[in-house]
Amino acid sequence: MFTVPSLSDLNLAATLPATLLALGASVLLVLDLFVPKGRKALTAWLALAVLGVSLIVALLSLGDVVDLGTGEGAFFGLYIADSFTDAVSVIVLVTAMLGVAVAYNYLERTGMQRGEYYVLLLFSALGAMLMGAAGDLVTVFVALELLSIPLYILSGFRWRDEGSEESALKYFILGAFASGFLVYGIALIYGATGTTAFGGIWAATRDLLAADAATKYVLLLGAGMVLAGLGFKVAAVPFHMWTPDVYQGAPTSVVAYMSVAAKVGGFAALVRVLAWGLPDFVLSGQSAAAWQSTVWLIAALTMILGNVVAVAQNNLKRLLAYSSIAHAGYILIAVAAMGTAGVANEAARAVVIYLMAYAFTNVGAFAVIVAVERDDGGHTDIDNVRGLAKEQPVLAASMAVFMLSLAGVPLTAGFVGKWFVFKAGLAADLVPVTVIGVLTSAISAYYYLRVIWFMYFEEGEGKAQIAWPLAWGISVAAIGTLILGFFPYLLSDMARGIALAFGG
Amino acid sequence: MEDISLVTVVFMLPLVGFVLMLIFARNDDAYRWGALVTSLVTFGVSLLLVRHFDTSIAGLQMVQKADWITADGFTIRYYVGIDGISVWLVLLTTFIMPLAILISFRAIQERVPLYYMFMLIMEWAMLGVFVAQDLFLFYVFWEITLVPMYFLIGIWGAEQRIYAAVKFFLYTMAGSLLMLLAILWLGNQAGTFSVPDILAMLKSGELSFSTGTERLLFLAFAIAFAIKVPMWPLHSWLPDAHVQAPTAGSVILAGVLLKMGTYGFVRFNLPLFPEATKTFAPYFAALAVIGIIYGAWVSYGQKDMKKLVAYSSISHLGFVMLGIFSLNPAGIQGGILQMVNHGISTGGLFMIVGVLYERRHTKLMKAFGGIWKAMPLYSGVALVIVLSSMGLPGLNGFVGEFTILLGSAGSHAISWWFTAFAAVGVILAAVYMLYMFNTVFMGALDKEENKNLPDLRWHEIYALIPVLVMVFVIGVQASYFFNLMDGSVAQLVEHVNGVMSAAMR
Repeated sequence: MFTVPSLSDLNLAATLPATLLALGASVLLVLDLFVPKGRKALTAWLALAVLGVSLIVALLSLGDVVDLGTGEGAFFGLYIADSFTDAVSVIVLVTAMLGVAVAYNYLERTGMQRGEYYVLLLFSALGAMLMGAAGDLVTVFVALELLSIPLYILSGFRWRDEGSEESALKYFILGAFASGFLVYGIALIYGATGTTAFGGIWAATRDLLAADAATKYVLLLGAGMVLAGLGFKVAAVPFHMWTPDVYQGAPTSVVAYMSVAAKVGGFAALVRVLAWGLPDFVLSGQSAAAWQSTVWLIAALTMILGNVVAVAQNNLKRLLAYSSIAHAGYILIAVAAMGTAGVANEAARAVVIYLMAYAFTNVGAFAVIVAVERDDGGHTDIDNVRGLAKEQPVLAASMAVFMLSLAGVPLTAGFVGKWFVFKAGLAADLVPVTVIGVLTSAISAYYYLRVIWFMYFEEGEGKAQIAWPLAWGISVAAIGTLILGFFPYLLSDMARGIALAFGG
Repeated sequence: MEDISLVTVVFMLPLVGFVLMLIFARNDDAYRWGALVTSLVTFGVSLLLVRHFDTSIAGLQMVQKADWITADGFTIRYYVGIDGISVWLVLLTTFIMPLAILISFRAIQERVPLYYMFMLIMEWAMLGVFVAQDLFLFYVFWEITLVPMYFLIGIWGAEQRIYAAVKFFLYTMAGSLLMLLAILWLGNQAGTFSVPDILAMLKSGELSFSTGTERLLFLAFAIAFAIKVPMWPLHSWLPDAHVQAPTAGSVILAGVLLKMGTYGFVRFNLPLFPEATKTFAPYFAALAVIGIIYGAWVSYGQKDMKKLVAYSSISHLGFVMLGIFSLNPAGIQGGILQMVNHGISTGGLFMIVGVLYERRHTKLMKAFGGIWKAMPLYSGVALVIVLSSMGLPGLNGFVGEFTILLGSAGSHAISWWFTAFAAVGVILAAVYMLYMFNTVFMGALDKEENKNLPDLRWHEIYALIPVLVMVFVIGVQASYFFNLMDGSVAQLVEHVNGVMSAAMR
């Protein structure tokens, strides 16, 4: 007999960062109707305020300053509130705040300034946060849609422009296709284990393997489908085809946000599904989880394809699109490492560390493109940053920092991320894929250095438009990238509390 | 927190100067003088390191430790200190930098602030490499040195500068990434990244590798270092980088940056993987000897002075490598001294080439001839440095090379044949160096445009005098330099041999 749960059973307090954001976004949706057209700065400010409040709560909870009932589930296990949730929330919220700062002037000067932009951004951020908090495959699916649908719309935000339309449509159709995979995978996992909750799946896996039932192959297929669905979100090969076109066509400010937020959400859900739900899914005669070999194979392909193709790109947005594919590959090394018992915690931490580092760096890099881009959406080729160092020394220096960070040069956040990811890979004895990771990083250095040499070594006009919110966004991203590089313990401390809830 | 060690002070001074310049410097001259003063102060303070150096301690001294990252299962420390192996390299760095900065005063007229900022970052990073005792810290600075050099070559270099800068960066980075993996693997096994701790664990048998693993790790480190040295056949980045770099860039490259590779062998490969070291010693010695002869041979064939000096570096560093892989005190001490010697002499040679280049904008030897008559003071200085580089007795180069040959001849690790072939290199060095001197400085002053070349300017004189002084000081007072190394090198050799014999038993 179904009984209506009382509000106190839901343990709402534990979900405070997400709940605040959800409330804030809903209120802003209505409030924006009363903000006159010329004064959308107010909406942007309110969006920042909502994100900021939520960020503060998430940080306090992550730092164990306040106890929101962390460690317990909320909504009957649909929502897990632990350090991983908090860490993912922090990353997403920082990204979203930078995303708002980057967007404001750009929308203004390209005539796209509408309040919906900020509301959609808030909702998609909420989706990404919930993916990190998911305790159940159903939550994963709902959160994924909440993350994706606003992003489809945002990609088409410059709707008079064909490129933007194409971008949105492509993203939507392929995204819907991927969601189909995910749902089918969820159904198969449910079929094999009789539950969609990670705790239940984890327990059922053991029984399933102990009984040596043929249904374990159903589970394997289900896990594969989920991997495909989420692999699409994080742009892993062979589910990466959409990335360059979508990134190139969508408004750059959207890409700055989306390239990180979608990745954070996708990886957060992958970690939840694989490390919380299926860590013990070890087929007989093997020492690591059944999905490990698939994941590292995908990682290897992703790194090779992303880095090699990026070398040939001349459009900065496409270049960074392939670079973002490559970075998904690096993170997948750590995801694969989670399949080895005993390394799972370390690897999950590495994922979080990498994502945090990537958030500052990648939003910053796209923000620089936003500054260089013209009002008509053109002027995003690598030729357009020629001579930038002379005309815009600070902007060029920031871009140099972002490029070095993406290349993984020490004293930048990117290096710390790579350090932990590769370390986890080696700890899990995934030597071949880690070696591929290292070698492809060397390839990647070429195209990142190329951007620097166009800015510093070549002559050109190097025009850019920077107004203060954008300048602030870029500064925060650059300083953040350097601070995390100089003080890597900030990152390792952030991830310290992450531990597997059920297994390990 | 404990007291701040002198090593930390020396190491951080360039960074302090960098920050002060960033805040206060407002015009080009402020940057020039700010950088010069910073590097001079750093040099002055670094002299205190020698003064306070305690020769009775074989291990690290003036150590400073602080936890940097602590995570479950491992710690990464800010861990710095010096011993007899690194002390002279720290001094070499602080000695070369003011000269490199001074020699740039006239040559660099574009984007001056950026230039001197990069110079100070460069010095900071190189000092970091020589004082770091934690593998993480070491790797950080090892890689960071690439960034300022990339910009120095790329912005202020010659025509092919972009190609050279990118090649330099990628070549070196590709090599060091394998070392990164080896470092991570070591750290995963040991639970710490500090070298002294890992060494202690190796000695006590707490940590041990299978033969195959040890060899792989050795090679992963060795490739990174061999590229930096550079050892034949991994040297192809060097001529490009040297020739395209601005004068000061070449001085730093030859003077200090290459030593990071040879230093890496002594600091990491030998003590961490003693058994593999012994196995590979003949191979590396062979490559070293090939490098000695190849470098000398190719030098002789050059038309461009800067290229000639660049290839001579390959030859000289071959000697250093040969000394190191002799695996006995004489060889290693000679190798370390020769690192310093090469830094001084070749740094000096690049300055000499730079002086001419600035006046005539060409480095081709056939464009000159009879320069002695036009620029007597300059030519005199050049003669001393050339003689020092080819190893004339009484000057610094001789002591280093002689000790190396002494070491390699008496080595148990490698055959005396290597010494015999290496000795040929000494003769070849005289050939190509004197050939260059003869073509450029001797003969008739028959080219019209060379007749009115101005002699050394004051900043050039001030940059070259210290080089001359050191050429003579090391030449006649080498025992003082060896004295500081004795304890540490003896301990290193004992450690390598000790583990070797333990393994053989």
